[in-house]
Amino acid sequence: MTSKEKKRRTVTVLLIIVGILILIPLYMAIVIAIKQPSEMTNDIAGALSLPHKWSLSNFAEAIKITDFWHAASNSLIITVVSSIACVLVSSMVSFAIARNMTRKKIYKFFYYYLVSAMFVPFSMLMLPLVKQMAFFHLDNKIGVIFLYIVFNMSINTLLYVGYLKNILQSLEEAAYIDGYNTWQVFTYIIFPMLKPMHATVAILTTLAAWNDVLLPLVMLSGGDGRDNTLPLTQMVFQSQFGTNYNLAFASYILSLLPILIFYLIAQKQIINDVTNGAIKG
Amino acid sequence: MKNRNKTFLAMTLPVIIIFFCFHTIPLFSGFYYSLTNSKGFGVYNFIGLRNYVKLFQNIKVLNSYIFTLKFAVVTTIIVNVISMILALGLNSKIHFKSTLRGLYFIPNILGGLIVGYIFNFLFTFVVPAMAQKIGISALSSSILGNTKTAWIGIVICVAWQSVAFNTIIYISGLQTIPQDVYEASAIDGADGWKCFWKITFPLIAPFFTINMVLCMRNFLMVFDQIMSLTSGGPAESTTSISMLIYKDGLTGNQFGLQCANSVIYFIIIVAISAFQLKVLTKREVQL
Repeated sequence: MTSKEKKRRTVTVLLIIVGILILIPLYMAIVIAIKQPSEMTNDIAGALSLPHKWSLSNFAEAIKITDFWHAASNSLIITVVSSIACVLVSSMVSFAIARNMTRKKIYKFFYYYLVSAMFVPFSMLMLPLVKQMAFFHLDNKIGVIFLYIVFNMSINTLLYVGYLKNILQSLEEAAYIDGYNTWQVFTYIIFPMLKPMHATVAILTTLAAWNDVLLPLVMLSGGDGRDNTLPLTQMVFQSQFGTNYNLAFASYILSLLPILIFYLIAQKQIINDVTNGAIKG
Repeated sequence: MKNRNKTFLAMTLPVIIIFFCFHTIPLFSGFYYSLTNSKGFGVYNFIGLRNYVKLFQNIKVLNSYIFTLKFAVVTTIIVNVISMILALGLNSKIHFKSTLRGLYFIPNILGGLIVGYIFNFLFTFVVPAMAQKIGISALSSSILGNTKTAWIGIVICVAWQSVAFNTIIYISGLQTIPQDVYEASAIDGADGWKCFWKITFPLIAPFFTINMVLCMRNFLMVFDQIMSLTSGGPAESTTSISMLIYKDGLTGNQFGLQCANSVIYFIIIVAISAFQLKVLTKREVQL
């Protein structure tokens, strides 16, 4: 028993050490963000030692220079609206597909059509899409949200249809007999039953949309920067103030913070849903 | 019943049409533009397959393919080896299990661009400073500044982020193996190493397939981390295919040529994924 306990301790200690190593880059980013430029010496201590004086002045300045609240609200709007829209649209389409694909060829075709699009990388469609979106005057926030719904459709359909296939249909049948129409069945019966999948889809979309760079970069670069998301402002900031590392790191931390807080609150759920998304996808 | 069918169609058709307009039409128009000398604006002519010929002669394009493939293969292997080890550790009987899992997952939820900026600083200042102190001259200057080593920096940064995800997948794979299988193999006298190769690994093969396919696909599309680590440099040694399409297609007056590049890129991604699925699913076993 003691040898088993010993082994258990060793593995735990090893894993804790690796865990600390993993967090070093983040620790460094936070420490630098708190320090003043005068404390940045050219050795390891300059990057990793704790600051002499704790101050949040870098953060205050970074918020001002990058117009943080503006970019953050853009990111938030895009992320939240895309997630909600993905849940509503994809669950509705998947319901129709799942209930008809065994009976009708056309729905089976719809299913494979949507799902097979998963293999098309965004960077392949990007060039023609930029032209097309500009033509429709959709090279703005609304266009970005729109494209997130389209590009997440494949994985979402796969997830929802997979889940719907395993839901017992007796409740729906009963509802139809009680005189519900299809819309009512979807709204009152199916939609609430899909709750676990809604969470998965919303979390996957949130993570993808919040952290995405390429799509907003190509869609919004023609504009005046009004709709820039947080990652985009970091890019602009980097090219202008890149040498003031303390300010830059304060700005990076600020843009990482919302998703970190989200993670701390919903940690278990996020890990579960991301795993589900991958295994079923 | 007839009403029901109408409603079902009303639920799907608009979405399918929108999907067609913003997914399938760009796919086809991309193919169309690849046959023209379009610069992305103004008039253009139809030039047949000349872009494709040009593509194979273009050393810049060739280099970006070599870099992207090398990067994707190396990172996939490194990430999967590390993830497997971590998953075995995190799945064994240890203290603080869920806390440790939560901690290991953090890098995965952070945005690749900003993580890239942080690693950029690490490689440019911290690592050289450390190397000088210990006396490793090979690392005394930034690895990102050297055309031969810059890609390693990107591998490290991307691996740091991806390991978490793959580890979690492997853990959920390990949890599907019933305990009595291990007990039986222990009675048969299988030691740790043998047990892993003969029992554990074959049984989590489906999860290995998922990880290999997803890794390869994601790494072939790498963009964010490169943008912030090297922006494709030095001397374009780390320009991935996505990066090249973005840079030259949108700002380099090579709209048509890069559309052709996109088509080839797409074919390669599909081919690699299909090949992986075919080979890997063949060796999956059922308990």
